[in-house]
Amino acid sequence: MTHTFYISMSYAVAAMVILCLIAWTWLDGRARRQELAELEAAGIRRRSAQSKDDAGKGETA
Amino acid sequence: MTESLAISKFSDLANPTRFLALAARLLPFMAAVTAILFAVGLYLSFATEGDYQQGMTVRIMYVHVPAAWLSMMCYTVMAVSAIGTLVWRHPLADVSHKAAAPLGAAFTLIALATGSLWGRPMWGTWWVWDARLTSVFVLFLMYLGLIALNRAMDDPSRAARVSAVLILVGFVNIPIIKFSVDWWNTLHQPASVIRMGGPTIDQEFLWPLLIMAIAFTLLFFTLHVMAMRNEIWRRRVAAQRRMAARLAGRESGSEA
Repeated sequence: MTHTFYISMSYAVAAMVILCLIAWTWLDGRARRQELAELEAAGIRRRSAQSKDDAGKGETA
Repeated sequence: MTESLAISKFSDLANPTRFLALAARLLPFMAAVTAILFAVGLYLSFATEGDYQQGMTVRIMYVHVPAAWLSMMCYTVMAVSAIGTLVWRHPLADVSHKAAAPLGAAFTLIALATGSLWGRPMWGTWWVWDARLTSVFVLFLMYLGLIALNRAMDDPSRAARVSAVLILVGFVNIPIIKFSVDWWNTLHQPASVIRMGGPTIDQEFLWPLLIMAIAFTLLFFTLHVMAMRNEIWRRRVAAQRRMAARLAGRESGSEA
């Protein structure tokens, strides 16, 4: 096998692993954001977000 | 006064909500700089001349060496985070070492694969069980073990404490990897960039190598911040689902 084969294989392996890593991190983030949006739509919020909203309502009332 | 200000600034950043806000601001910038550095680094990697002995295979160095550096730097970042978990019991430190483990495993895999592809034409063998190669392979197994351990335990804070102890015990492997080429007679060459007395590598190869190393390092930090953000979101989803289940239980109890 020529040196070109080893060089191109090295860059191909590195590119493949890095692209998989970027895609996995990005897709994981997208899935988590979607889950949080679904929970928000169902009216389930973090306790800290709820207490701020409640305090805001109290002030306006 | 200045010390307390520095501590309060640090604790502000260590708040997960503030971390998410900072990550949202920094990530586009970090990703753009990483992409530019990779473009310049790759151009220089293929524009430079070959080595008088190794010929064009020297180009493998521009991906192999940065990946190998990162495999050790990632573990060092995890060890610092592990101290954060054990000493300050900070949840962001837990998130940091959990998020870094798959990244470290990926960069170690790149270092092993490209090293093997470089070893075949230069040494005449894909693999040899010498001290450098074996210690890096052990590092790869440790990353896999830490990923498995984190996934095997349901309670994230307990998993973080157990992982943190294991990370700190495993840190002994990092100086072994670094100095293996000096302590033992290995097929792998000794250090030629980070060494006492300065780099011995030719300027022709040093610049593309440094730019690729900075690009890889920035890529790691960009992905680490992204993975930490994902982990914080994952924990928030789990906490909110538990809260929803408790509320549903209370409502059905009051109805009955």
